[in-house]
Amino acid sequence: MAQESAVYQLKLPSRTENLEIIREFVARIAQKAGFDDEDVAKIELAVDEACTNVVKHAYEGGSDKPIDVVVKLDYSKLTVIVTDQGKGFNPESVEVPDIKEYLAELRVGGLGIYLIRTLMDEVKYDIRPGVRNQVKMVKYFVGEGGETRRSEEVFIGTSQSAHVPKDEQRR
Amino acid sequence: MSSFEVERKDDGSVTTLYLKGYLDAHTAPELESAFQKLVDEKRFNVIVSMAELTYISSAGMGVFMGFIETMRDNRGDIKLSNLPPKIYRVFDLLGFPLLYEVYEEEKQALKRFRELMGESGSEEAESPPEAR
Repeated sequence: MAQESAVYQLKLPSRTENLEIIREFVARIAQKAGFDDEDVAKIELAVDEACTNVVKHAYEGGSDKPIDVVVKLDYSKLTVIVTDQGKGFNPESVEVPDIKEYLAELRVGGLGIYLIRTLMDEVKYDIRPGVRNQVKMVKYFVGEGGETRRSEEVFIGTSQSAHVPKDEQRR
Repeated sequence: MSSFEVERKDDGSVTTLYLKGYLDAHTAPELESAFQKLVDEKRFNVIVSMAELTYISSAGMGVFMGFIETMRDNRGDIKLSNLPPKIYRVFDLLGFPLLYEVYEEEKQALKRFRELMGESGSEEAESPPEAR
């Protein structure tokens, strides 16, 4: 059972009002997978930041384009992949070398990229402007003695689109 | 049902904004207009009380960053109070406690404003923490 993987997918129009739904979707999965409240909050915030960037920057506020959020679980980690078809950006160009300096200059925006990097264990961008931009964020389960603390009973592989899958009590 | 609310209370020259619900890219404009209104009314001493704030993202924090300079340029400030641990952790991640005065209780922030006003003319009163 522990090796079983699960895939959850949510596809929504890129509107800020949908951020709440995206957060709840991801947080619920992370919670049930066994992450503690602090990690759930980190994952939730990282995904919010990635999706906010899509709404605000990739699509420049255009509200009818899709945001695609995929959450994958396996025995060692939770992976969230956020995909858009917007204009993309160069993650290198928004490098934040010194957050103190950055904040002192009171620059608004761009904090999201910094937060995502700080909150997640791994972050990878795959940017193909106008075709498909993807940010992949990983959070590992860390238990005592390096063991997974993920509860085993929760997830059974499903891949569904456009809604939050109901818990499947197939045990 | 509203996902975010800003309530306002004026006490002399100090205004307290009470935030309730979640502050993200969707609701940040509401806080922005609350701040803009204060600037229009020339009320620059602001306490933001967050006891009932359940969530904040960088879009929400950007509002504070967008107004802090205006408030301080006008001898006011934005002081934060009653941050739930979850909210404080996000502020801390971004180093906000270096930039903003954070108080456990709203009344402490109010007291600080009063002290600054009483001591106006003293050096301390005119130097925001980061201006050293």
